[in-house]
Amino acid sequence: MNLLYAVAFIILAPLVGGLIAGVDRKLTARMQGRMGPPVLQPFYDVGKLLEKEHVVVALSQNYFVLAYLIFIAFSGALFFSGGDLLLVVFALTLAHVLLVLGAYAATSPYSFIGAERELIQLMAYEPMVILAAAGFYIATGSFYVTDIAAFPRPLIVLLPGIFIGLFYVLTMKLRKSPFDIATSHHAHQEIVKGVTTEFSGSTLGMVEVAHWYETVFLLGLFWLFFAWSPAIALIAVAILYLAEIFIDNATARVKWGFALRSIWAVTLVLSALNLVALQYFGGL
Amino acid sequence: MDILLFLLLAPLIAAVLLYVLPNHPVRDWLVRLAAVAIAGASLYLLATAFNKGTQLVVFPTEPAGLVMTGLAVLIALFILAMGVKYRKPVAIALALVQTALLLWFEFVYAPGMHAEHNLFVDEFSIVMALIIGVIGSAICVYAVPYMRTFQAQHAEVPDRRRMFFFVLFVFLSAMFGIVFSNNLSWLFFFWEVTTLCSFVLIGYTKTTEAIDNSFLALQMNLLGGVGFAAALLWLGMTQGTIELDKLVGAGAAVALVPATLISFAGLTKSAQLPFSSWLLGAMVAPTPVSALLHSSTMVKAGVYAIVKFAPVLSGTLPGLFVGLVGGVTFLAASAIAVTQSNAKRVLAYSTVANLGLVVACAGIGTYEAVWAAILLIIFHAVAKSLLFLGVGTVEHQVHSRDIEDMAGLVTRMPRVGVMMLIGMAGMYLAPMGMLISKWATLRAFIHAPGGILFLLLIAFGSAVTVFFWAKWMGLIIARPNRAENIESRVPREELIVLGLLALLVVGVSLLFPWISRLLLEPYVFGLYGKIAELGQDNVIIMLLMMGTILLLPLSLLYFRTGRHKLKPYMGGRPTSSDMHFAGSLGIEREMGLHNYYLEDWFGEKRTFRAGVAVTALLIVLMFAGLVNAGGFA
Repeated sequence: MNLLYAVAFIILAPLVGGLIAGVDRKLTARMQGRMGPPVLQPFYDVGKLLEKEHVVVALSQNYFVLAYLIFIAFSGALFFSGGDLLLVVFALTLAHVLLVLGAYAATSPYSFIGAERELIQLMAYEPMVILAAAGFYIATGSFYVTDIAAFPRPLIVLLPGIFIGLFYVLTMKLRKSPFDIATSHHAHQEIVKGVTTEFSGSTLGMVEVAHWYETVFLLGLFWLFFAWSPAIALIAVAILYLAEIFIDNATARVKWGFALRSIWAVTLVLSALNLVALQYFGGL
Repeated sequence: MDILLFLLLAPLIAAVLLYVLPNHPVRDWLVRLAAVAIAGASLYLLATAFNKGTQLVVFPTEPAGLVMTGLAVLIALFILAMGVKYRKPVAIALALVQTALLLWFEFVYAPGMHAEHNLFVDEFSIVMALIIGVIGSAICVYAVPYMRTFQAQHAEVPDRRRMFFFVLFVFLSAMFGIVFSNNLSWLFFFWEVTTLCSFVLIGYTKTTEAIDNSFLALQMNLLGGVGFAAALLWLGMTQGTIELDKLVGAGAAVALVPATLISFAGLTKSAQLPFSSWLLGAMVAPTPVSALLHSSTMVKAGVYAIVKFAPVLSGTLPGLFVGLVGGVTFLAASAIAVTQSNAKRVLAYSTVANLGLVVACAGIGTYEAVWAAILLIIFHAVAKSLLFLGVGTVEHQVHSRDIEDMAGLVTRMPRVGVMMLIGMAGMYLAPMGMLISKWATLRAFIHAPGGILFLLLIAFGSAVTVFFWAKWMGLIIARPNRAENIESRVPREELIVLGLLALLVVGVSLLFPWISRLLLEPYVFGLYGKIAELGQDNVIIMLLMMGTILLLPLSLLYFRTGRHKLKPYMGGRPTSSDMHFAGSLGIEREMGLHNYYLEDWFGEKRTFRAGVAVTALLIVLMFAGLVNAGGFA
């Protein structure tokens, strides 16, 4: 556990996450044959959101969104300071439930549907994330990110099934097609913005910043599979994100039923095979 | 150990007095007085016994044993009479088989089996005594105003409150008997008393449905009782010991057969699949009965017995199958809970699911698993009692137990609404109680043989759990179209009990490191010589999260000012202030919000049937595993 890393994450992650979002938008635009905004556009956007009038539907909604931001940052900080992976997962679940409650509190038909769909997302990816934490434990003998990162052998070799399963889920976590069933970054996907419909101004800005935090955390999670060599890890994580941008632009949103069914099927098959093989051939 | 006798006898004396007194404030005060005395005594037990390890108590067998045998025969006769009266042949047959087995044991083998210590107390029984003494008593206090309103609202139900409170307190006494008995035939006696009490309470309203459901509960628990009686008989035939501590200490080679049979009884009592239907049927009873059955008594007796035998079950085939019954029950019941809109049914399925986790831990039976199991029992008891009583209060004011009718509870009944949110958060969110124990359970599963199967069950099961709790919470905090504050109608006493339980939910989540250190770790260490814990830095982080959660509502003070309030987005349709909007063809419609119930995914009938099939097979395998282990050879 290192407090310094936690502080560094809280300060730097929004910068890194915002930059990634900027690059994402640029590349997406190029894939669609557009020029695209400047790389720093996400920062300009959030800056502008912060200056907007304070408009709410329900007074309590801002409270839930603030709590969402705090617990996203908290779980990321816990991860980067080398804490217990299971606790990170649970804190993340808490954060997302708080966002959903914020959408419910608004009591608007659109945000209500968005909230239900966000919950379906949560239900879809939660098993994979828990099983990934279990997989890291069985492979390395520890739940602590410090120990997992310091594991001398490449974890990708021990946990290929878990890796593919997590990658399948990553699309949903990044709110990218085809699994962006609760809300999307793209205007062409929907007319009303799902779970964030009733958030505006600084509140919407908080949701955006929380997303940056989460992006950095998620990339950190994938880093662990390659942590034995930082150079390879950096390249791998970059490729993963580029692949996500490509998938996002090459697919259309699927129905939520398909998203849930396919994610559960992938989770069940891949993690069961991987974990059984790991326990049988080595690991613990 | 006078305090044990006090806990056994005080509720009995109170029960008799309550039966004698008519409906009068004096009787109400007697309930409160008895509740305070019992809660105080269980706290006194904690204060005096927590650091003394297992204490065995010599208590003369002769008079007590005779009285119990006599009472057991009377209970059997009562059940037979009821069975004849309502024409329930299955209940009659089961009661006859069970009594025959018991009398066979009592007259042929019991005289030759001498129990040195009939009573005992250890850290686990202190935990159970606190749950029974504090939460059970709180429910009794709550029942006073609740039953008054209940009788006023249901004029067609005959007023049998004297009998009601009598049975309530007998129930508490029997529960204390279960957790303090070291003599297994005593434990079985108290076990049967709880079966009888729940039978009477479930049938309180005497409607056809109530009577049918009370017999369903009776039959399933009698079936379990047959298993328990068979365990006693086996011990008699093999000249084993009748003492719990010696039996558990003897290990699997000697104790596996009785442990499996008693676990079977535990599965019926804790309403695991395939026996879950009785607990769902039990909801016809007044809500305090549900709260009692689900949180501090009955089902907790079932898991208590299985957890007690966990060291014997650990690493055996029957143990593995007991655990799997629990794991499958957890997944199936959680999935069914998604499809339910009746609040009490959601709570009931969630109880079945969480007890499934406890059973899974007990079946695995490692030191970590037992530690996790007891944590689960504690947190579940506190949060679930709060939720049941909360639903009861809401039902009396809103006249519905449908979740959809609870929309906007935070504005209609702010305090009750917030307390129910606390209870729900306590059931599934970090850093609250149940999540702590789920975390411990996950760690225990990883180390268990066959652990990956258990991991899959808990991973998918808890994801589903998040879904059904969060959508219920969402409706409670949503604002309805017309919100009128009706909280002033709630009896003050109900609010006090709810507040107390809400404090307990937060309190045990904050105090769990100390509960673990004072009670759970010594208990687990005494059995396995190992200590299970979550690690100090993790505990600090949990407390940090808890602090943040408790402080965050302060931000509302800031968000309350300087906001421009707008109406929600309605797709641009003209909308009135009470959310009526202009629909197509000039028809005015009211906005309505309804949760997803995913019937096509987890439909109750289908999932239940599948769960019953799988768990029934597992139970067959459990007994087959016994034969394989040489138990019957």
